[in-house]
Amino acid sequence: MHSTTHFFLCLLVSAGVTYLVRMVPLVLIKRKITNRFLRSFLYYIPYAVLAVMTVPAMFYATASAISAAIGFAVAVVLSYFEKGLLTVAASACGAVLVAELVLHACGVL
Amino acid sequence: MRENNNFREGLRNGIPICLGYFSVSFAFGIFSVSNGLSVWEALLISMTNVTSAGQLAAVPIIAGGGTLIELAVSMFVINMRYALMSVSLSQKLGKSVRMADRFLIAFVNTDEVFAVASSKTGSVGRRYLFGLILTPYLGWSAGTLIGAIAGNILPAIVVSALGVAIYGMFLAIIIPPAKKSRHTALCIAVAVALSCMFRYIPGLQRVPSGFVVIICAVAASALFALVAPVAEQEESHA
Repeated sequence: MHSTTHFFLCLLVSAGVTYLVRMVPLVLIKRKITNRFLRSFLYYIPYAVLAVMTVPAMFYATASAISAAIGFAVAVVLSYFEKGLLTVAASACGAVLVAELVLHACGVL
Repeated sequence: MRENNNFREGLRNGIPICLGYFSVSFAFGIFSVSNGLSVWEALLISMTNVTSAGQLAAVPIIAGGGTLIELAVSMFVINMRYALMSVSLSQKLGKSVRMADRFLIAFVNTDEVFAVASSKTGSVGRRYLFGLILTPYLGWSAGTLIGAIAGNILPAIVVSALGVAIYGMFLAIIIPPAKKSRHTALCIAVAVALSCMFRYIPGLQRVPSGFVVIICAVAASALFALVAPVAEQEESHA
């Protein structure tokens, strides 16, 4: 549950932090980062963040963990074969929809 | 060094990003209303933040009444990669870019905008960059609005299915690089294992979700930065 005041404070904090992270280096820093650890850390961060946010959260994002697992499997296989973002996302949604229609028909949902 | 400073060329290069953003932000809009935010709240978040992963992490914290500290630290860690992109982009800016322009360009320096700007031969000028960021920003905002409205009117079974769209996109982003680099794959595996620990081990379940993302991602990334530092050529595809 959230109030309007809390929402606008959150908006200010999230937008402010995101903007500062982007703006400060672009405006101030002119030299290249050479520290190998830092460069490597920043290389791994996006993958680690996306992975943590996807698993296990994806399995709780639908009406049933079974349909979510089917959507996950479809997305992983298509990603492995390097289909585009849109194809992978749409196929995962389609797989979940079909799975849930079947689960409804079987009376599981 | 040649400076790319054509507004129309920027616009043309931005259209594919705009189309991609529309679908991601559509999923974000759905995700926001299913977490209990209003259509306008979802739209305002997209218009002021312009960052997919950050916004996705922010919504459960905002909707769940999380603390501002948790939110600030989450946004900082998740968006930290933009600092490196901004440093890199600053080397690429042409002479036409004024100090005031930098403040505006930074606002929409997303992964994709950065990737396209970096791929140009020579430097990039203000007109080119303004053309480049215009349609992605509009696509990001419009997609959120339409997604949030759709999330409110579509039948529950369709919303349930669309809820996995954003995760599908995340998988499509992380799996191809993991295929090419064993260390990237292992880093993802460690991050996932840590994430599952926080979900299923009783004592750890009480840690707020924003901090779980930070702790797991920083631990996995720092570990691999230590044991498997990357060469500069490898970084470029990220």
